[in-house]
Amino acid sequence: MTNFIDRRLNSKNKSTVNRQRFIRRYKRQIKKSVEQAINRRGVTDVERGENITITKKDLSEPVFHQGKGGIKDRVHPGNDQFSTGDRIKRPPQQQGQGGGQGNASDSGEGDDDFVFSISKDEYLNLLFEDLELPNLEKNQLDKLIDYKTVRSGYCAEGVASNIDIVKSLQGSIARRIAMTSSKRKKLTILELELAALIADKYDHIQEIKKLTAEIDILKSKISKVPFIDTFDLRFRNYTKQAIPTSKAVMFCLMDVSGSMDQATKDIAKRFYILLYLFLTRTYKTIDVVYIRHHTQAKEVDEEEFFYSQETGGTIASSALDLMVNIMNERYQASGWNIYAAQASDGDNWADDSPRCKQLLTESILPRARYFSYIEITQRPHQTLWQQYQEIAAYTEHFAIQHIKTVEDIYPVFRELFKKNNNKAA
Amino acid sequence: MAKCKPLSDQGDWNFDLLNQYQTEIARVAKHYRLATYPNQIEVITAEQMMDAYASVGMPIGYNHWTFGKKFIQTEQNYKRGQMGLAYEIVINSDPCISYLMEENSMTMQALVMAHACYGHNSFFKGNYLFKSWTDASSIIDYLLFAKNYISECEQKFGISDVESCLDACHALMNHGVDRYKRPQKISLEEELQRQKDREEYLQSQVNTLWRTVPKNNDKTNQTKATFPSEPQENILYFIEKNAPLLKPWQREIVRIVRKVSQYFYPQKQTQVMNEGWACFWHYTILNHLYDEGLVTDKFMMEFLHNHTNVVAQPDYNSRYYSGINPYALGFTMFIDIRRICEQPTEEDKLWFPEIAGSNWLDTLHFAMENFKDESFISQYLSPKLMRDFKLFYLHDDEKESYIEVAAIHNESGYKKIRAALSEQYNLSNLEVNIQVTNADIDGDRSLTLKYTPHQKVPLADSKDEVIKHLFTLWQFDVRLVKDNENGQEEVIAQYPEPNSPLENE
Repeated sequence: MTNFIDRRLNSKNKSTVNRQRFIRRYKRQIKKSVEQAINRRGVTDVERGENITITKKDLSEPVFHQGKGGIKDRVHPGNDQFSTGDRIKRPPQQQGQGGGQGNASDSGEGDDDFVFSISKDEYLNLLFEDLELPNLEKNQLDKLIDYKTVRSGYCAEGVASNIDIVKSLQGSIARRIAMTSSKRKKLTILELELAALIADKYDHIQEIKKLTAEIDILKSKISKVPFIDTFDLRFRNYTKQAIPTSKAVMFCLMDVSGSMDQATKDIAKRFYILLYLFLTRTYKTIDVVYIRHHTQAKEVDEEEFFYSQETGGTIASSALDLMVNIMNERYQASGWNIYAAQASDGDNWADDSPRCKQLLTESILPRARYFSYIEITQRPHQTLWQQYQEIAAYTEHFAIQHIKTVEDIYPVFRELFKKNNNKAA
Repeated sequence: MAKCKPLSDQGDWNFDLLNQYQTEIARVAKHYRLATYPNQIEVITAEQMMDAYASVGMPIGYNHWTFGKKFIQTEQNYKRGQMGLAYEIVINSDPCISYLMEENSMTMQALVMAHACYGHNSFFKGNYLFKSWTDASSIIDYLLFAKNYISECEQKFGISDVESCLDACHALMNHGVDRYKRPQKISLEEELQRQKDREEYLQSQVNTLWRTVPKNNDKTNQTKATFPSEPQENILYFIEKNAPLLKPWQREIVRIVRKVSQYFYPQKQTQVMNEGWACFWHYTILNHLYDEGLVTDKFMMEFLHNHTNVVAQPDYNSRYYSGINPYALGFTMFIDIRRICEQPTEEDKLWFPEIAGSNWLDTLHFAMENFKDESFISQYLSPKLMRDFKLFYLHDDEKESYIEVAAIHNESGYKKIRAALSEQYNLSNLEVNIQVTNADIDGDRSLTLKYTPHQKVPLADSKDEVIKHLFTLWQFDVRLVKDNENGQEEVIAQYPEPNSPLENE
């Protein structure tokens, strides 16, 4: 007795739960690996998952088993040179598998890493666990709106170009059937009677004449029912649907004056990567605008932004000015969600700082969804920080944070975006 | 023999064709008196095969991260092309479930059906270990019960608590087996019915055991009785029945792991025989079909190509060598037994007087039914086979600076090699011998286990971690001791670590 069962269409992800359990269990190690991985990525490189590396030692499931040493007797195949009583020098103990030669360590414990990949979503989830975009809910509907035209059934009125031929003809057929059915029934009866009379062996000239006349009248009535009527016409109906836009623009502003060294820029870069990744969780398309500045601001590409050297003094307002211009030129439409992150070592020409404050409060913050400023420095804060601190005190979607070393980036980022953000201003 | 019209050997299979082959294979299997459970053949995809791998052959597994880890490992290896997937997985159940991979060609499906559905299946049904230690008809039900019970526990007591309990049990899984006592068979209804009663009963037993009544104390002191009165090899069983602080649901989980371990125990003991038997029958059945003209030359070429890959034995100095291939050894031994029956040489008559010249089918069935790897090898490994394999026996004593070739495939070495190879498959030598010797029920409730080394082989370092797991179950001091050279017990691992050196009694 044998049954064949085709299981191929059954769900194949029987192990999903166990896989999740695994990730749950090793979250700490996996997170560490994820956080390290962020440093190896380009800003916009988010289309892939990540390889996670955990040392095997952390994963081991210990059981009692025999260790090295003692007396081991083993039988091996393929004797090509040995005779009884031969003595073989013990091969040096290698790690891992004993290769033949009587080296009986059958449980070599390699210290290799356990490497596996997680999907992009899992990666981002782990990276941004417990974080959310500030202010997203509050003005989701008044600002994020865009309209999309979608089909929504049929209507009886409309412009000729929207006529739906199939629907209209269906209506026409239905109407014609409805309007002629009683007449056609009568017609069939009369035709049967006529046929009966003609077939009769007696003549019924009068009656046949009368019947024929009636049939003719019925036929003409039926044929007068119009093939198509305005009543039949159906038009495709469209409505506009409000959808939150999935477009966002991220402004990266960075001070590249002489005081910013490569290490500081690297820190800034990592911060931008995090921000970019984080935004991709909410928005489908993201523009990134890189603006760097010393005494003058300039829009550049990623490569130049992070790696070219400049010297000179610092006027931070130039970058803000340029940002306002670009916003006006390219991101005017209400569909754009504007995010900005400014990174600096805090140096600024003292007289310029109040102007920065003014630009921010008047031109940028009213239109931006979020503006974050990070200061990467080991020294005490200067005028720019003080001015910004004043803004932060009364503006919800403006945040400033101080980063001292690379290790601070992730915690600071989390601080900026953690759920139920209570601004520590 | 009248030649029949051959079955189609098209590369692609379909259910119609599967059925035709199956019918023919079943007919031949019956001709050779292979008694099987009814077959349930399930066709699955590669992904599903990886799922099956991850749950270590259990068709229904409870949820635990270790299966996730296995799945990720399998998937990773498979994706990188480091390993192919097995063509089939077969489960010792009634009906016997076999998984066939969708990717297999028709030839492979036929090979797999002969191998799993008639080879393994008849082994499960016929071998004495499986007959007396596992109950094929109830295993699916039991696993279902276990899965539901554990997920219920997770809801009631939280995933983390259940997980740590399972972790601890898994660490001791190899020590949850009754090696000599025959276990009770298990079935779902009984299990559900008894589970509630057992919960209460067990707890009351434990409470009685741990009740501190002074009078009792005096009595035990008088008789100097230790508890347990005999050393216990089944550590998980001992924990389930006697651990002082375990909650009823934890005891049940210990029991589930124990039962699963017991279920797989016969498979560990019969690897060579089981695979050898299955290989012998797919080889014999398909050749029989070929002789009848039912399968084509093309079919046979593909089949033999795969078959030889499976039963190949690389030499010790080959880079592919990783110990003796159980498929190769088992298959060759069964073929050899048939040869001894049908064409015995003078040597065979001397070595195997009782089977030389006997009916080969009777002899083979007898061998399959009544042995496990260890006894099978010591009974049937022939000098000819040892010569064919060029077996040699290395004696490696840590104390010496060299490894000695203790025997090779010659007249004086046959018996030694056979004995050594048989020992190599003796699970009680491979698995470490650790027994519960004392639970201090009147004192500090500490638990003492004793390690008895086999041939002076020490325990691996993982023992410290395992002891920690044992501690999570026992929840009082746990120590592992071993007799040293003077015959005194010395502690080789304990948890929690003592701050001051332990005082000897």
